[in-house]
Amino acid sequence: MNDTPILRTENLTYIYQKGTSSEVAALQDVSVEIRQGELVGVIGHTGSGKSTLIEHFNALKKGTAGRVLLDGNDIWADKSKIRAVRFRVGVCFQYPEYQLFEETVAKDIAFGPRNMGLPQDEIDRRVKEALTNVGLSEDYAEKSPFDLSGGEKRRVAIAGIMAMEPQVLVLDEPCAGLDPRGRATVLQMIADYRQKTGCTVLLVTHSMEEVAAIADRILVMNQSRVAFFDTVDNVFAHAEELQTMGLDIPQMTQLMLSLREKGYDVPVNLYTVQQVYDTIFARWKGGVHGAQ
Amino acid sequence: MSAFIELKDVSFAYELDETQRVPVLRHFNLSVEKGDFVAVLGHNGCGKSTVAKLCNAIEVPQSGTVLVNGMDTKEEENLLEIRRTVDMVFQNPDNQIVATIVEDDVAFGPENLGVEPQEIRRRVDQALKDVGMYDLRFSEPHKLSGGQKQRVAIAGIIAMQPACIVLDEPTAMLDPRGRKDVMKTVRMLNRDFGITVIYITHYMDEAAEANRVVVMHKGDILLDGTPRDVFQQDDVLKKAGLDVPQATELSLQLRRAGAPLSGKILTIDELSLQLEALLPRSAGRVES
Repeated sequence: MNDTPILRTENLTYIYQKGTSSEVAALQDVSVEIRQGELVGVIGHTGSGKSTLIEHFNALKKGTAGRVLLDGNDIWADKSKIRAVRFRVGVCFQYPEYQLFEETVAKDIAFGPRNMGLPQDEIDRRVKEALTNVGLSEDYAEKSPFDLSGGEKRRVAIAGIMAMEPQVLVLDEPCAGLDPRGRATVLQMIADYRQKTGCTVLLVTHSMEEVAAIADRILVMNQSRVAFFDTVDNVFAHAEELQTMGLDIPQMTQLMLSLREKGYDVPVNLYTVQQVYDTIFARWKGGVHGAQ
Repeated sequence: MSAFIELKDVSFAYELDETQRVPVLRHFNLSVEKGDFVAVLGHNGCGKSTVAKLCNAIEVPQSGTVLVNGMDTKEEENLLEIRRTVDMVFQNPDNQIVATIVEDDVAFGPENLGVEPQEIRRRVDQALKDVGMYDLRFSEPHKLSGGQKQRVAIAGIIAMQPACIVLDEPTAMLDPRGRKDVMKTVRMLNRDFGITVIYITHYMDEAAEANRVVVMHKGDILLDGTPRDVFQQDDVLKKAGLDVPQATELSLQLRRAGAPLSGKILTIDELSLQLEALLPRSAGRVES
């Protein structure tokens, strides 16, 4: 990892309807550093400022105070370069499939790269690559996006952002409304994409289980401010505070905490069924066969 | 108890154009008892939402019959009474709120039903109290959180006093607390008011709170029973693109490895109790 954070905010503040009697602060004094290549989970209650923060990362909003730096440079320093910022930080909003509009999947995915002014052969390469990234075969290229299932449409929409090959990929609740298999597929696809490209990824989610399973660090927003920005273990060690904020801890962590309360000396930084299974199994077998 | 909503031999297809039709349900049967709380699970595109729309005549079957409290949804003259009987809550709260003040929004339904003004006042206040939104009755809906908006939408439905509520993924866009609050409200409506609930969800933990779980797959019913029984079939559910609650999954894995866990476990608390019996206190420590 290189030392300069890929994205940084300095005292970023955003006030809706500033100067009127109905001022509402959506972001207050947010200073965070996103490291090159990391996968950051972003959690927070509805209205906590998650989405407003994301909109600042690709210059859809401009802070009423503070700065956003991409690769060390203030993104608003040169307004003529704002378009380039939007290509470098790709944001996939909630329910992106509602924004599909082209006649074919290939044309829809090509929309971003075409806007970037890339030559046709490069566009073709990227469309192909993006389809692979989201696990759809080439047969999909000429289909109408409207003939696809909900989960497939979602993947096509994400492919459209990936095809711009952004340095930072931001996904706002990419799994919302999908069935369990659809959720698992999209999450795996994000993990694989990040592994393959080294891209920095920000994932906004309401699922504590998902964020625990996939993130390197978790950014917790609460009432327009940063509550925590730390490793998964350190964030989920704050069970009570998270619950006060309208959030929660993963279910498997809840199980381990309840065993702790019953006097068992078990680790609490476990998040998946597999992790807990391994631990419980070992303790049970260890107990049955006597002390080791 | 008697069948309150009945889908009998229902077939339904969406028509893309004159030549193309997408069949969703074929000879589908489902019967929901009065006062029941039924969760409906199924992969995206399995026909869950179509079933929901058939229940209050937003859609009518191309063949077969849907009866709501004995009324055929195909008969035009039943429409008003069916809509009074069965109401719906959808996924996105922003698409369901029509007024600029919370209490006006709740009053919208009963006003349209022609309820007397004094009675509307009473119902609106009561409904807002029931969902825990009375203190925010003068707020602007757009300033509320997702969970609060969804509870306002539910209050608007309670104020119409329907016998049945169909909720189509009402928590898909909510944060953990919003999900819990909506779930608590729905349980209360069923338990305290006897309202029949049909609850469509992708969250297995929510389905675990229902009395009955119906699992749909490709337009058919794959499993149907109590959550305790249905979620024991983890292999069947996973093959259908679904899942089981994490506590159930862990208990099943441990049991397959030979661990003597008893009963059909659904919740973290139940599993924690069972593990207490399984694990020796001193496990992991060296005994002298």
